[in-house]
Parts: sequence; structure tokens; C-alpha cells
Amino acid sequence: MDGAGVPAQWDVRKARAGHWALIVGVAFAVMALLGGAAFARRPLVRPAPELLQETGLYADFGRHQVDPRHLEFSPQYPLWSDGAVKKRWISLPANTAVNGSNPDAWTFPVGTRFWKEFSFAGRRIETRFMELQGDGTWLYATYAWNDDQTEARRVSERGKPKAFDFGGGRSHFIPSLNDCKSCHQGHPAEVLGFSALQLSPARDPNAIHGEPAPGVDLNYLVGKKLLKRFPKALIEKPPVIGAATPVERTVLGYLHGNCGHCHNDAGSLKNLGLSVRHGQGRARSGAERAFATAVGQPVKGHVPGLAPEAKLRIEAQHPERSVLLQRMSSRNPIVQMPPVASVVPDEEAIRLVTQWIRDLDPPVPPAEASGKAAQRK
Amino acid sequence: MTSSRIVLLAAAVGMAVPVIAFAQSKAPAKSQKVVSQQVKRGEYLVTISGCNDCHTPLKMGPSGPEPDMSRMLSGHPEDMQLPPAPGPTGPWIGHAAATLTAWAGPWGVSYTANLTPDPETGVLRDFTEQQFIQAMRTGKHQGQGRPILPPMPWPWFAKMTDQDLKAIYAYLRQIPPIRNKVPDPIIATQ
Repeated sequence: MDGAGVPAQWDVRKARAGHWALIVGVAFAVMALLGGAAFARRPLVRPAPELLQETGLYADFGRHQVDPRHLEFSPQYPLWSDGAVKKRWISLPANTAVNGSNPDAWTFPVGTRFWKEFSFAGRRIETRFMELQGDGTWLYATYAWNDDQTEARRVSERGKPKAFDFGGGRSHFIPSLNDCKSCHQGHPAEVLGFSALQLSPARDPNAIHGEPAPGVDLNYLVGKKLLKRFPKALIEKPPVIGAATPVERTVLGYLHGNCGHCHNDAGSLKNLGLSVRHGQGRARSGAERAFATAVGQPVKGHVPGLAPEAKLRIEAQHPERSVLLQRMSSRNPIVQMPPVASVVPDEEAIRLVTQWIRDLDPPVPPAEASGKAAQRK
Repeated sequence: MTSSRIVLLAAAVGMAVPVIAFAQSKAPAKSQKVVSQQVKRGEYLVTISGCNDCHTPLKMGPSGPEPDMSRMLSGHPEDMQLPPAPGPTGPWIGHAAATLTAWAGPWGVSYTANLTPDPETGVLRDFTEQQFIQAMRTGKHQGQGRPILPPMPWPWFAKMTDQDLKAIYAYLRQIPPIRNKVPDPIIATQ
């Protein structure tokens, strides 16, 4: 190799390097363009898939094997669903977490999915699906299972009647889109059942229709870094409804799980002034708030179909005159509570709420109350 | 403070007071104008959408039934006693009272609501604007409660824009209140 050949080789190398740089640069540019185009085409909002398996719930739909990456969970105070056996799962996008900085209204990453499966008499009847879309709104869909359990197809937005026969002229109604939204959009949280109190490791052992916890609770979520910015105080001292007795704790928990998604201080029905949803970090005050807005409080407005002597939401020691109990015992469509998604009264809850109301302290006469107030001063 | 400063201050105050007063007089006028336009829009929508067809009772006039505008939008008259409704038979699935304010069908019997802002008997007395919109969108009382019964055509009203529904709400909240306690509906037993 002579001296004159060195610059020539250097030029060749430079030319080759430039050539490769050009190729790599063009490749990056093409990838960026394709990626950008794909991103641009990806809709922020999309319609729900036609079939349940297209939502990604199952690893093997034929065997009904749920994708093991999804987390099965169980709220400690489940919603009464006419005796349905229910299973629930959440799926978070990879490397994301729930933001728990507001313990009363967690926020979820875009792409979060929830499923809730309803079975009666050992058969799957419907599976409900929610997904947080790119525009920040939740997609709602319900899927009805066929008789041989081989297919679950999306039902119309109007819902589906007679999905399961209870006998006596009653049947399960797969809720309409409006029904779904009327409950889920009654509080800014929108997600029901996956929240601080519902996933507290300090579960109520007497919860009505309580289910075994599958292991996914606050400790699990924080430990796995799936729940971030959640107040440490609520990990050290998990949420518990502060109540005078175990029965009271269970009743207030039931009202939280079954009524609190609409009857709270933050949703669109807050002007009714009935709040049985328990805020976290101040559980005891939550119980006091439920008492203050329900016990001894007159019904606001006129509710058709009620007994004329029923004038208070809860009248201490008088369950027969308590509107709350009358409405949860009724399945007259214009009286019943909750107003949707149930055709069978919850007898176990009715018994316990009746006992609790009967055992409540009698109201303090106004003169005595003012005297006590004066004494406190 | 020198006398010249006092004169200057007095002049400034003297100029500022009318300017502020003028601005304040203009602000509510503009706001009232917007509200007035909204109410007019609501009146127009209520008129052309047929709300009076069922919510204002018919009375017999010289040329036949006509809406009794002295009871405008006050719903089924509380003093009107009706015999039990005939059951739905064959293709004649529904029945209506002569006032068009009581309707019978497979759902039972429904009475049209008092839409006036009467504080004791008006159905909207506990509705916020948002709840009214949601009620029209969902067919549920206050948007989340008991079902609004037939023949209320809420699925069509659900197609209205928020602005139109807000205009209707604004109009209904300022029409003359009429005290009229509409009977409770009767739900058909299965």
C-alpha cells in the first residue's frame, strides 16, 4: 500500500459511510412517515367489536380461558344483580398505571379495559365491556352469550329483554346503553367497583353477597406499581367505613356499592342532597354524611307510588315508613331503587337494612337537641 | 395634600363614576339579551315540537277541541276524574282522554306532566338544566331515575342539540306557573 493510496481509501470509506447514512436516514424517514400515518389513521374513538373475543378478554375463547395478563378483581360491596354470579377483570396497557392521587376518583390510562361476566344457573348470560378511548370517554358495550356458550355477540344499544327467565313473569334484561351510562356517569369516577374502598384489604367480613377476594387489592396494585400516587396514609391504614356496629358498617357499605354511584355529593344528582358514597381518607365523616343526608331527612319532591305515611328517607326505628327501604323493596318500575338493572328485590339486604333502621336511636326532640347544643357551647 | 391634587383626584373620580356606571348598565343588558334570545328560541321549539299537544289540555271550543291556553303546559288537570281505562285490544293498542293529557296502553296509564315552574307541583322543580338534558337524552327522570312513560317521544327529543334543549329548559322555567298536581301513573300489572 503506497502513500498516494491512503487518501483514496479514505474517500471510498467516506463515500460508503455517507451511502449507509443515507440509507439509514431514508429508512428512518419512511418508518416515521408510516408510523405517523398509522397514528393519524388510528381513531380516537372506535365502535365496540361485534364479538366478545375481539375485545381481547380471552387467550383461548374456545376454552373460555381468560388472558392471564388481565387482573381478576372483586369489590368488597358488590352491586346486587338479581343473584347473578359475577366475575370481573381489568386490563391496563403495558407500562401504565392507574393514577390514585384523588382517592375518590381514580383516573385510568387510555386503553384501559374492564369486563364483567354475569352467569345465572351456571351459564354465562352476558358480559359487559368498557374501554377508555383516546378522547377520554369510556366505550360501553354488552355481549349476550348464546345457549351453547360458543359465542357472545354485541347487543343493540337498546339492550336485550328476556335474556334469562327467572320465572313468575320476570326475566333478566341486558341493559341499554342509556342504562349503563345512567349508573356509571352518576359520579366523576365513572368506573364502579374498582376503587379505594372497594379494593381495601380490610374487607368487611359481613358484606352482603361478599365474594372471596382474588388477591387484587390496594396492596397488590401499589406493590406491582399498577396504582401510583395513591396516598400512603391509605395504604398504612386501609379504608374502612367508620360505623357504630358491624351491622351498620355492612349496611352503609351496601348503600355505598348499590346507591352511592348516583347518590353522592359530586355527581349530577347532588342537588337531591342524598349522599351515601363514602369518601376516602375521611371514612368516618363519610358515614356521618350518609346519616346526615338520609336519616330523618324528608324526601325531596314527590315520588309516585309510595305509602302516604312514608315521608322521610329513613325514619329511625320505623322501617315501614322509610322511603329508602320501600323503594329498594319495590320492583314497580316507577318506584324501585335502583331504577335499572334489577327485577328481583334483594331480600338479604332488605332484612339487614330493616334491622338496622329498627335499631337506630330515636330522633332527639328539637328542644332537647337545642339544649344539648347550648350545653356544648 | 395640595389643593391642586385634591382637584385632580375629584376630577378623576368624577370621570370614573359615570364610566363605571355606564359599563355596569351595559353588562346586564347584554346578558339579558342573550337570555331573551334563548327563551325565544325555546318558545319556538316548544311550539313547533308539539309539546302543547299533550301537556296543554284540550277544551271544547266553538270549532271543536282546542288547547286551553289558560292552563298552558300544566299537564293533566288534577280535577279531572277518569273511569278506569279500557284495556288494549287488537290493533287499538292505546287510548287517550278527550284532553289528550291521559294515555292508556300496555304500560298502564300515564298522565302528562306539569311543565310549568310551579314550586310545588311542577315536574321540573328539582331538575337542573343538565338533568333536563339528560332526561331527554335517556328517557329517565332527572336523567338517572324512573322511566319516563309513553307516549312521551323522548327518543326524538334526544336528537336535539344541547343548545336547543337548554333553550327549551330556559323557556319552561319562566312561563307562568300553574298549580296543578298531576296524578301518579298507573303501572300495568303483568
